[in-house]
Amino acid sequence: MSDVSVDPKALVEGERPAFNASYGKLMMWFFLVSDAFTFSALLITYGSLRVRTVAEGFSWANPEKVFTHTPILYDVFHIEAPLVFVGLMTFILILSSVTMVLAVEAGHRKSQREVSKWVAYTIVGGIAFLSCQAYEWYHFIEGSHHGAYMLEAGALDGMNVPGVKQGAAVKVFPVKDAAGEVVELRLTSGVPIQNKAVAQKLIANAEHTEGGANLRANEYGPPAFADLFFFVTGFHGTHVASGVLLLIILQVNVNKGTYERRGHYEMTEKIGLYWHFVDLVWVFVFTFFYLV
Amino acid sequence: MATNDGAEARKEIFRTTGILAGLTAFEFLLAGIKGSIPGWTGLSEETVRLLVLVTFVVLTIFKAFYIVAYFMHLKHEVRRLAFTIVLPFLFIIWLIIGLLSEGGYYGKSTKQMSVRSVNHVESSIA
Repeated sequence: MSDVSVDPKALVEGERPAFNASYGKLMMWFFLVSDAFTFSALLITYGSLRVRTVAEGFSWANPEKVFTHTPILYDVFHIEAPLVFVGLMTFILILSSVTMVLAVEAGHRKSQREVSKWVAYTIVGGIAFLSCQAYEWYHFIEGSHHGAYMLEAGALDGMNVPGVKQGAAVKVFPVKDAAGEVVELRLTSGVPIQNKAVAQKLIANAEHTEGGANLRANEYGPPAFADLFFFVTGFHGTHVASGVLLLIILQVNVNKGTYERRGHYEMTEKIGLYWHFVDLVWVFVFTFFYLV
Repeated sequence: MATNDGAEARKEIFRTTGILAGLTAFEFLLAGIKGSIPGWTGLSEETVRLLVLVTFVVLTIFKAFYIVAYFMHLKHEVRRLAFTIVLPFLFIIWLIIGLLSEGGYYGKSTKQMSVRSVNHVESSIA
């Protein structure tokens, strides 16, 4: 049984482990499989809606034009650097994965001091990633200074647009077709103006204004793009946040000597599996949201 | 289990880190230069787009393999466990094929419907 990766102390006495793995690790794996199915469903939804939107003749959002904000570069020097910040976030998450696997390795050697050190680094990495995500969400919601149009007061009078009062000045987001022509306008409330000629006439003399994104309309492309961005990166961020929570509990227990008394550091392995899974999901989110 | 041989395990960890970082850096570079590839090679934009997409997907699967096999130690678990975990994802491959083609079909059909309804309205006005 030299290749057995389970610590005998993590088993009920006399138990023969299924798959040579302890109950806790096995259940973590099965949970991760089901969670991976959830994320797969979300990403496939993204693909499906994207293919559908393109087939309908609209252009999908171009990530290089959406994710251009990098701290300092943008805030101080006003330089737009496509994807640089996302690349940084990816590296942060990979590095935190490395420190996690080093913690697991130190746990095999039952080195309390080293486990504590590497878990601390991993917590820092996780919090750094979440902070980056907050920055990115902020700029995604805030948008650019010229992403939308401000229609003149009363421009929509007589058109019977739901929720627009007579004489109101309204902000509209353009939705473009594959050739880059504006074919549709969307109000902040998500109400569409689906007539190409009318849409182009309305914005012909309109002034640019602050764009941005909410769940019903956005400046980057079809509404489904922002919906999926919020949902998928939000769901992933929630996973990172609960991972950080688990790591903090682990850290406290390591420092208290709980696993020293228990005789094994299998909890590090189980939480490590979860943390690597979060990294794994980000690898896919990175590819399908930011690169493709 | 590398209980007493931590150096060996750490070597594997750093090798995997290098591969993951390298692949990510390459993806990032490719995303940066993909717009200029048609100009350099003379390939059509559509071909380049497809090639880049395939490259991204293949590299992503490579990265996923390294994370699961080495960071999550699945390569060091018994093979039955590895198959139990990996094989269910065959269904996901089917879901990808199914829903992407369904999305395309649905998009085409709603596009035609909107054209038809506009024509219908115009003819009823006339």
